[in-house]
Amino acid sequence: MKIESPRQQGRHPFPKFQKTMTEVAAPADGHGHDHHDHPSWLAHHFDDAEQQYDSGKLGMWLFLVTEVLFFSGMFCAYVLYRNRNPEVFEFCSAFLNEKLGAINTGVLLFSSLTMAWAVRASQLKQTKILVGMLGATLGCAAMFLGVKSVEYSHKWGIGLLPGRYYVAQVENAPHAETNYLQMLCVIPAILSAVFLLYYVYSLVIASKFHQRVAGPLLVSGLCFFAGVGLGNILEGGEHHDEHGAGSHAHDDAHGHAHADPLVQGVATAEKATVETADEGISFVKTSGGPVNDVAVTKEEEGIPNSKVNNQGMAGLFFSIYYCMTGVHAVHIIGGMLVITWLIVKASREEFHSEYFGPVDNVGLYWHLVDFIWIYLFPLLYLIT
Amino acid sequence: MSAVTSPMTTTVASPDKSPEHHYLNHSSGFLSWALTLDHKRIGMMYLAGILFSFFLGGVFALAIRIHLWNPNLDPEAAWLSNATYNRVFTLHGAIMVFLFIIPSVPAALGNFLLPIMLGTKDVAFPRLNLGSFYLWVTGLLFFTYTLFSSGIDTGWTFYTPYSIESKSAVEAATLGVFILGFSSIFTGLNFIVTINTMRPPGMTWFKMPLFLWAVYATSIIQVLATPVLGITVLLLALERFIGIGIFDPALNGDPVTFQHFFWFYSHPAVYIMILPAMGIISELMSVHSHKGIFGYRMIAYSSIAIALFGFLVWGHHMFTSGMADVTTIVFSALTFTVSIPSAIKVFNWLGTMYQGTVALNTPMIYALAFIFLFTIGGLTGLFLGALSTDMHLHDTYFVVAHFHYVMMGGTLVAFLGGLFHWWPKMTGKMFNDTAGILSAAIVFVGFNLTFLPQFVLGTRGMPRRYASYVREFQQLHQLSTIGAMTLGLGLLVAGLVLLHSLFYGKKAPMNPWGGATLEWECSSPPPHDNFSSPPTVGDPYDFTSVEYDGKTGSYFKKKK
Ligand code: HEM
Ligand SMILES: [Cu+2]
Repeated sequence: MKIESPRQQGRHPFPKFQKTMTEVAAPADGHGHDHHDHPSWLAHHFDDAEQQYDSGKLGMWLFLVTEVLFFSGMFCAYVLYRNRNPEVFEFCSAFLNEKLGAINTGVLLFSSLTMAWAVRASQLKQTKILVGMLGATLGCAAMFLGVKSVEYSHKWGIGLLPGRYYVAQVENAPHAETNYLQMLCVIPAILSAVFLLYYVYSLVIASKFHQRVAGPLLVSGLCFFAGVGLGNILEGGEHHDEHGAGSHAHDDAHGHAHADPLVQGVATAEKATVETADEGISFVKTSGGPVNDVAVTKEEEGIPNSKVNNQGMAGLFFSIYYCMTGVHAVHIIGGMLVITWLIVKASREEFHSEYFGPVDNVGLYWHLVDFIWIYLFPLLYLIT
Repeated sequence: MSAVTSPMTTTVASPDKSPEHHYLNHSSGFLSWALTLDHKRIGMMYLAGILFSFFLGGVFALAIRIHLWNPNLDPEAAWLSNATYNRVFTLHGAIMVFLFIIPSVPAALGNFLLPIMLGTKDVAFPRLNLGSFYLWVTGLLFFTYTLFSSGIDTGWTFYTPYSIESKSAVEAATLGVFILGFSSIFTGLNFIVTINTMRPPGMTWFKMPLFLWAVYATSIIQVLATPVLGITVLLLALERFIGIGIFDPALNGDPVTFQHFFWFYSHPAVYIMILPAMGIISELMSVHSHKGIFGYRMIAYSSIAIALFGFLVWGHHMFTSGMADVTTIVFSALTFTVSIPSAIKVFNWLGTMYQGTVALNTPMIYALAFIFLFTIGGLTGLFLGALSTDMHLHDTYFVVAHFHYVMMGGTLVAFLGGLFHWWPKMTGKMFNDTAGILSAAIVFVGFNLTFLPQFVLGTRGMPRRYASYVREFQQLHQLSTIGAMTLGLGLLVAGLVLLHSLFYGKKAPMNPWGGATLEWECSSPPPHDNFSSPPTVGDPYDFTSVEYDGKTGSYFKKKK
């Protein structure tokens, strides 16, 4: 337990109190507290750059610990329900498009690289590279969200909704009227337009600073739509074919990676339910049980896989899916905000070898967000 | 972060008139407080907010006790309807736990004292500190909204499935708790970093005042446990907004999982409440006995031990919720182990007083009351931790009495003791000691009168959270109600004593009690930057060099 604080290791012979002494002697000028030996980037209550950096770093690590614990609640829920109803997870994960998941994994991994590079660039005071790398990270984040929007909107359209709102999946299901994808694109579209105007403005006034800020913002706006486009090619095309063929069973025709969950699920689900029923812990079996009350009504008796294809089973999986990926997406958006803040600071050339803590710490945060996705991807998409 | 005050503020006193210049008159105007980054002002704002919440929770408490004066066997004739009663006790519990007791010592006293005890200018992240305060205010607003909409009637524990079905404003309350949780997390994070990186030269870990050890242990729990509460209440809010079903048996979800999640936070949270209180008592015992603390290292280690063991016992709240037998036995056994570090502390405090020069002033009387009440509270916890007895006592008034003894008799009484102890430092004013002792005496009598009968009620089978009861219980309930009134009176006296001191109190000397920690080496109240000359770090419990000076009425440290 003998961790010494920097101040104890005698690096500074009490600079702060020497300051206070001179300050007391000096006549009051409204603010007798500006320390002449304190550069602007060093907060007034810190003794030196190192103490400031160490504090920021420790603070960020602690924050990451809280983030992990925050997600751990949902991972726990995941483990509990998967353990109890493995067949549900198999049935449902077939509805997730692992190609889109894989692309997003790649995008995030790449953004980790650019983020790490940004940290290096900030230490070396390479402003151009720094802004570029931060912009690339921001772009990757936007692309991730673009792909995610396609995934979400597609699922909402066919009723793959959480819990109570889950719609049992049947063949020839009618498609939703609402175009959820358009709704999700509204805000990014507005933002992109604003960024475009901002960029034009920065060109007009020929301000290097504004160009440096506006450029990455505009690019990331476009990246979102690149993500949407990419997602649509992989998911939307499939979506159309379904419609054309009037059937969900499109996979054989297209040699698609995942088999039709409705067909494939039957075997596994049937098997698994019997197994769990033997151990007497099946919730599906109990005829008067809660699941049957809520989910399988008279009219729905004809639906395929009715034992798992209902609100209490598949619906619960999608609850977990949306909670985990949704909270993760919120973290991506939070990361984008702080990266934008960094871009502004970087464009003002504020960072240098003694002051790069903010880039470093945001980098740590960003790696954690990636890291969580690395777990989410196999746990949700790659079950079968 | 170049200047601590915002540019909008004006300095009214110049620093060279040192004694007159302090953090309270450093600058003035509403914004100089609302936007301050000074830990002392943030601490004072917390103090005001927390005392307000305490008052609010107290009003609900009195409403509960007045209602229970009669058995209310006919709900029509009762003062409060059953539905209202449910709302009143829920709001009482939720306000007291989330808005008052959890932030009480760390956020109010801790914020004020921690940097001064460390001899630094501020906490590591002053803006985050102000942010925590505003998160707390936002949480308060959410609760205020709850209060003025349909209330909340689930009990402070929000157990599902009722909390999913309830018609009351559960969403607002849970979001309020979520936000308050983040306020608490950021305070803890700030304190850990400050203690780790900003200790002055010469202050090794074992030269730290024990209050800081306690706050450090508390912060660890705040950082490690609160996020789990955050996700739990968030899922509960989603349960109500979009019916995710994770905790909803109607959708195949599992309410017992909710209880696990909830208690995984809320048991450690009881240590968030008690550990800083124990830290206060360590300081009070030693300063007012004018004798070094007995067993410094054991007290320091036991704080950390409590923080860590506290994570392993949450299941003792769920013995009757349907867990595997083995699980209950393990949780029961672990529960007994946590009581060991608590007992260590009690023995060390007694050892500190032994052969000391005990000054029976207001803070010390509160500290003595703490030891007595906390011991009863802790010992009755053992009855609840034992499986066989808990089957009978669970969800009875015995539990109610147990946690009031530890939370109110423990944390609140220690908080009051600490408030009186550091009041001269915080405000620069001395209070009337006799009146203070009187308040402590009334609080002590009133408290025991309120809650001792509840132990008896509980063992006889009076269930908690009921708006009515059989006639046999009426006498004990009435005793309890009389006690609650007395307790309220005692708190009122305490409040008046402090208020009176603000206007008529003598000017406080630098070190009125003879403490040896660093906060007694700066003027009262402290200057804006805490110290006008460098403090020398020594043993925080070495009283041999602290001497009384009759002229100034202050203690001072002999220069070696
Ligand atoms: C000293 C060792 C302690 C032990 C062995 C202990 C044990 C227990 C047990 C077993 C219960 C569950 C009773 C039941 O519901 O059947 C309980 C409830 C409770 N305890 Fe403690 N406790 C201790 C200290 C504390 C402290 C220090 C606090 C707070 C400052 C505290 C606050 C609470 C609260 C609030 C509850 C009731 C929660 C509720 O159901 O609303 N306890 N305690
Ligand atoms: Cu507990």
